[in-house]
Amino acid sequence: MNLLEVQDLQVDFNTRNGHTIAVNKISFTVKKGEITAIIGESGSGKSVACYSLLGLLPQPPASIESGTALFDGRDLLTLSESELRQIRGRDIAMIFQDPMTCLNPYMTIGDQLIEPLVFHKKVSKADALARAKELLVEVGIRDPDATINNFPHEFSGGMRQRVMIAMALINEPKLLIADEPTTALDVTIQAQILKLVADLQKKRDIGVIFISHDLAVVADIADHIIVMEKGLVVEQGDSTGIFTEAKHPYTQKLLAAIPSDTKVSALHDPKPLVQVENLKTYFNTGSTVVKAVDDVSFEINRGEIVGLVGESGSGKSTIGRSILRLLPITSGQIRLDGQDLTTLDSGTLKRTRRRMQMIFQDPYASLNPRMSVYDTLAEPLLLHNIESRRTVEQAVLKLMDDVGLARAFIRKYPHEFSGGQRQRIAIGRALATKPEFIVADEPVSALDVTIQAQILDLMLDLGKQYGLTMLFVSHDLAVVRHIADRIIVLYHGKIVETGTSESLFNAPQEAYTKSLLASIPGRNRLAS
Amino acid sequence: MAHTDINAEKGTSLWEDAWRRLKKNRLALFGLGVLGLFVASALLTPWIAPYAYDAQNLDLGATPPSAQHWLGTDIFGRDLLTQIMYGGRISLAVGFVATAVALVIGVTWGAVAGYVGGRVDAVMMRIVDILYALPFMIFIVLLMVVFGRNLLLLFLAIGAVEWLTMARIMRGQVQALRKQEFVEAAISLGLSPMTIIRRHLVPNALGPIIVYTTLTIPSVMLLEAFLSFLGLGIQPPKTSWGLLISYGAETMEEYPWLLIFPGLALTTTLFALNFLGDGLRDALDVRRSAD
Repeated sequence: MNLLEVQDLQVDFNTRNGHTIAVNKISFTVKKGEITAIIGESGSGKSVACYSLLGLLPQPPASIESGTALFDGRDLLTLSESELRQIRGRDIAMIFQDPMTCLNPYMTIGDQLIEPLVFHKKVSKADALARAKELLVEVGIRDPDATINNFPHEFSGGMRQRVMIAMALINEPKLLIADEPTTALDVTIQAQILKLVADLQKKRDIGVIFISHDLAVVADIADHIIVMEKGLVVEQGDSTGIFTEAKHPYTQKLLAAIPSDTKVSALHDPKPLVQVENLKTYFNTGSTVVKAVDDVSFEINRGEIVGLVGESGSGKSTIGRSILRLLPITSGQIRLDGQDLTTLDSGTLKRTRRRMQMIFQDPYASLNPRMSVYDTLAEPLLLHNIESRRTVEQAVLKLMDDVGLARAFIRKYPHEFSGGQRQRIAIGRALATKPEFIVADEPVSALDVTIQAQILDLMLDLGKQYGLTMLFVSHDLAVVRHIADRIIVLYHGKIVETGTSESLFNAPQEAYTKSLLASIPGRNRLAS
Repeated sequence: MAHTDINAEKGTSLWEDAWRRLKKNRLALFGLGVLGLFVASALLTPWIAPYAYDAQNLDLGATPPSAQHWLGTDIFGRDLLTQIMYGGRISLAVGFVATAVALVIGVTWGAVAGYVGGRVDAVMMRIVDILYALPFMIFIVLLMVVFGRNLLLLFLAIGAVEWLTMARIMRGQVQALRKQEFVEAAISLGLSPMTIIRRHLVPNALGPIIVYTTLTIPSVMLLEAFLSFLGLGIQPPKTSWGLLISYGAETMEEYPWLLIFPGLALTTTLFALNFLGDGLRDALDVRRSAD
């Protein structure tokens, strides 16, 4: 039975910078009792399409040019705002990507949960609270009597997402729209939330639209998959069909971009370039001491790429920053090529910095918005007297060639580039001083999957070309497996397990590593 | 594609870019033109003023605008246009110099406190708090008593008070910015703290600073008028816009032109500054450029 039938939906945006068609005459149906996944990269129109159905797009700049969306026999696109308000939250509910920004920090979760119930169904507060507690249990929150009066900040990210799901379900909607609900979560939590969504959907026999940029995430739960690119639906079908015989080249490209191979580690010069011994980095937060890195020792050999894997709070980024001396460490030794970095005076440290560089996670934050590509890339070259003012431009152009940026972009500013291009600039800056060692802190996690694959390939190529040794920090096991020779698994600031990518993936020893591997999305379907 | 000629877009720094964008903003250019005109007339006043600044004509008394006296005369029969031109010299000088003093001290102080953080920040900002708490008038009177009345001291005294707010704004901006990854990237490149502040932090904090600066200049001009009115600043027969306005306000019912014309001079300057300030802020924000 069709729950939602969208026909010829077109949504345009009119802004100062011109007219764009965000959603171009798309048609799809969502069936009762099925999970329909809409897949696409940023800018593909996947969220715009769903938001327009609920009247959640600001108009202008958006305008719905054509189309019908039949839900329960009524065309959503012709309803008035007050009629839509009756449907939103009651018949169609939404969950969003970031559970922190979607919950009001000044209201207890109990008050927020019962708000739609009291608003839509006019029940008493006591009845509503009882109902809310039942739901909290259903979404996997134990002891709801104790937690219902807590504020959002007292919950972890995964728990907040459970609260959001409970909130969406409280009016027993017929359709649930989930917009990237697991993107902000750790892999193990993501796996739990995915399972929860799938279980609830079966139990309540409702329709679900699951919006995601990541085909792997929906691989195990979706019944029906719609692939969108640049406002168009390029392919749709049941999910087995999409994964086994994708027809459209874009779908094939998306599938190919999911890193699924394991890097076979090459033999390396067993001479260590980086040695970390008994590293401890503690943070004093008022009364308590957070042991972010707690007695960690490892070595990285010359030319090796070591993956550092763990969930948020495992201390993986802190280790990377500690090695580069960007954070004060509590104790331990860090040696680069035999030289202890922890005892260097500031002048020597500054000179040593050209030998070790960092690539950051967020290419939107890691580039100075007021500096052009030229300024950004020339700065390290001039600072370390690698080039003179006369020769620096040629060197900048050479760097741009290396990282695959067109030379014509040299005077452009970061905001004029896409995420992938920005990350190329950031990589160029890190390579400018011809470093031996690079810490890459989640360098692809802010990027779309196809771009992610390009940047990973670029990093592998440049790693060879520049003879780099790399510490690759990531929460994404599939990515690390693709790029790293050796993997270190972290949990709560301690090393759990170390091994080559092959041995770790094929025969994990520790229970925590096993649970991490089991959480990789889409492993069931993609493994076959 | 990779070898396109780059010379077409060559040779632009942040400031050159900003100037290019500013030139497209008519309102800002208008503001700049008005200010330029005022500054030029202030510089040339001794040669172009129609009368001597202390030339009185007691028989004439206060007269409305006429062919001889375009803007009329005051109660001593002095030409108002001449007075406004000479007053502009003092007012503009006080406005720009005192604000420049405030800008340099405030931006540096705030940027260092915000960037270094910790104890240094605490001490530096407590100093700001203490200076805030000092009654401004007592501070100025003390300075005047100890060093005698002179114009330069007046500039410094006003500047020394106005930088406090500037420092607070700058510190807030820098605190937010220094947690950004591009600052971390700059540290990992090996840049010194002063270079990071100068090249990475200050340019990104300029927006609010410029807006506040354009607001500070007129408020400094009024502050000078207040001090002069109390007998601590400029003394007749020297004059300033602020003084002219306060005298004009006293006789506003009989001789309204004595208030209107100096007031017009001040508000025109204020508008011009605001247009220019808004234009500069937009021009310096590379993200706003549509081209």
